[in-house]
Amino acid sequence: MRIIFKTSYLQDIKLLKHSGYIFWYGLLLAAVLIAPAALDEFYIGEMAFIFVYAIAGLGLMIPVGFTGLPSLGHAAFMAVGAYANAYFLNQGFPFLVSVPLAAIISAAVGGMIAIPLKRMTGIYFAIATLAFAIIVEEIIVHWKSVTGGNGGMAVDYPVIFGKEMDETWQFYFICLAFLLIVLYLTLNLIRSPTGRAFIAIRDSEISAESMGINLSIYKIKSFAVSGLFTGLAGALFAHRLAFLAPDAFNFLLSVQLLMMVVIGGLGTVHGAIFGAIFVGLLPQTIAIAKDFLPPAIGEFPGLEPGLFGVILVLFIIFEPMGLYGRWLKFKLFLEMFPLYRKATFKRQKSYLKTERVQ
Amino acid sequence: MTFFKAENVSIEFGGIKAVNNVSFDVEEGSIYTIVGPNGAGKTTIFNIISRIYNLTRGKITFEDKDITHLPTHQVVQLGIARTFQNIELFEHATVLHNLLIGRHIHCKSGILSDLLFLPSVKRMELEHRRRVEDVIDFLDLQHYRDQLIQNLPYGVRKIVELGRALCTDPKLLLLDEPASGLNVDETEDMAFWIDDIKKLLGITVIMVEHNMALVSQVSDKVLAINYGEKLAEGTAREVQEDHEVIKAYLGEEDVG
Repeated sequence: MRIIFKTSYLQDIKLLKHSGYIFWYGLLLAAVLIAPAALDEFYIGEMAFIFVYAIAGLGLMIPVGFTGLPSLGHAAFMAVGAYANAYFLNQGFPFLVSVPLAAIISAAVGGMIAIPLKRMTGIYFAIATLAFAIIVEEIIVHWKSVTGGNGGMAVDYPVIFGKEMDETWQFYFICLAFLLIVLYLTLNLIRSPTGRAFIAIRDSEISAESMGINLSIYKIKSFAVSGLFTGLAGALFAHRLAFLAPDAFNFLLSVQLLMMVVIGGLGTVHGAIFGAIFVGLLPQTIAIAKDFLPPAIGEFPGLEPGLFGVILVLFIIFEPMGLYGRWLKFKLFLEMFPLYRKATFKRQKSYLKTERVQ
Repeated sequence: MTFFKAENVSIEFGGIKAVNNVSFDVEEGSIYTIVGPNGAGKTTIFNIISRIYNLTRGKITFEDKDITHLPTHQVVQLGIARTFQNIELFEHATVLHNLLIGRHIHCKSGILSDLLFLPSVKRMELEHRRRVEDVIDFLDLQHYRDQLIQNLPYGVRKIVELGRALCTDPKLLLLDEPASGLNVDETEDMAFWIDDIKKLLGITVIMVEHNMALVSQVSDKVLAINYGEKLAEGTAREVQEDHEVIKAYLGEEDVG
């Protein structure tokens, strides 16, 4: 067990809180940096995909995990980012300009969509975002001059300073760089006044308001930041897909994103990453498992979304804290061994909280 | 200048008159207590002052500013902070975090500087932290600093909520039943703190409380209400001896 001596207020603000952080995260960073040299190209591609998912997961974590606004329509932000990026690239913008521009447009859309939604909560909010996603999908189909409609739109390899990045490992590093930037921004946000206000809104709107937090403004901010990150993920996703069609950003993708943050662990940055790894690896695992299953089950239509649903339900029932919560428990088990008490994380019933406005 | 003034405050929910024509003044630097039986409308008055409910009739002025139509989140910016009867803390955050949210109105950074965590944001955060530590010292919360609210006992939560309100640097503090659910020792501590808040910090307090021992110990003036109507106003002793007040609490002697 590590004992931390706090001697300065800065220690509560620092991102790398002690030498353990530096060692383990340094090791992890080294591992992902040398991965392209050590692994097969196929796995590098999959990892790049997981990075893109993780960016989108962080984008979704901000409203769902930190502000308490459940969104069922985040595929729409990915679509906005992807199409905006593709459009700007076709207009001749360089990659390093068009990606941030696409993310900013997505952020503007996020902020605007939050204006009518700011008074809604819970299931009503979720349904409204679902409606927003459907509207975006329809707009993509019909706005042929920009999106190519159902005919779709090709996306070239990214070009950076005149060099075409057509190798998998090059795309891998582009995604990694963006993921690191987004991670840094998210961690900053959470330790800043804005992030605190988000968490306050999540835990008690009435109390947040009495503390002087303007609910509407902060909900709009939350969705704008979320749109920024998710749009960025969408822009990178466009390069991964190489060809954009409206059905790439359907309801299933929104559910996948939501599943990512719930399974990873709501309200934690780690959760978004764990969730991205889980969701990124799941289709592969299912594909491998299919070979061993009898054809009657393996070839069953809708096996994948069905399994997604089952896994989501099981997590909500048995591990609401997600994979990250499971990891924390395991870590504590190791730290306390052999003195770990089984009841440490036992869920307690709380009788204090009331729902009524007083 | 009147520090705080409520004039003919009335609020109706459908046909129910929850508060009816109540007027009162609060002097700066005093402790003003509202008492009354259950359902008398005490908390409703608080919710009117902190602008959670809209008034049907009447006017509220604070330091000569009309706050009757202010949005909820702006009330605290004028210097009116409150606590809640059933505790409305941010459950999944630490004590420190809760108190820092109390500093929110003094955080002037924008979202972009927050995303980049500019040196100015860092400097400000350290300053707020120092202010929060003052409140932690004032309320003896040092042991609980890094604990999650959901793991804290009720009595401590009550104090954290008081601390969070103090962190806003208020001029007027609204305490909704500060001693409810506290044991004798904790209630005594609370009485000391309320007294210190007035004398050391110079903050005016409006309080709703049932514990008459606490009320008579700290209050300068007491208002008794029942069914949303004013019954009596005066010192704690005067109010306790008021015929109408005794009738409201105990009923009338059967003469027939």
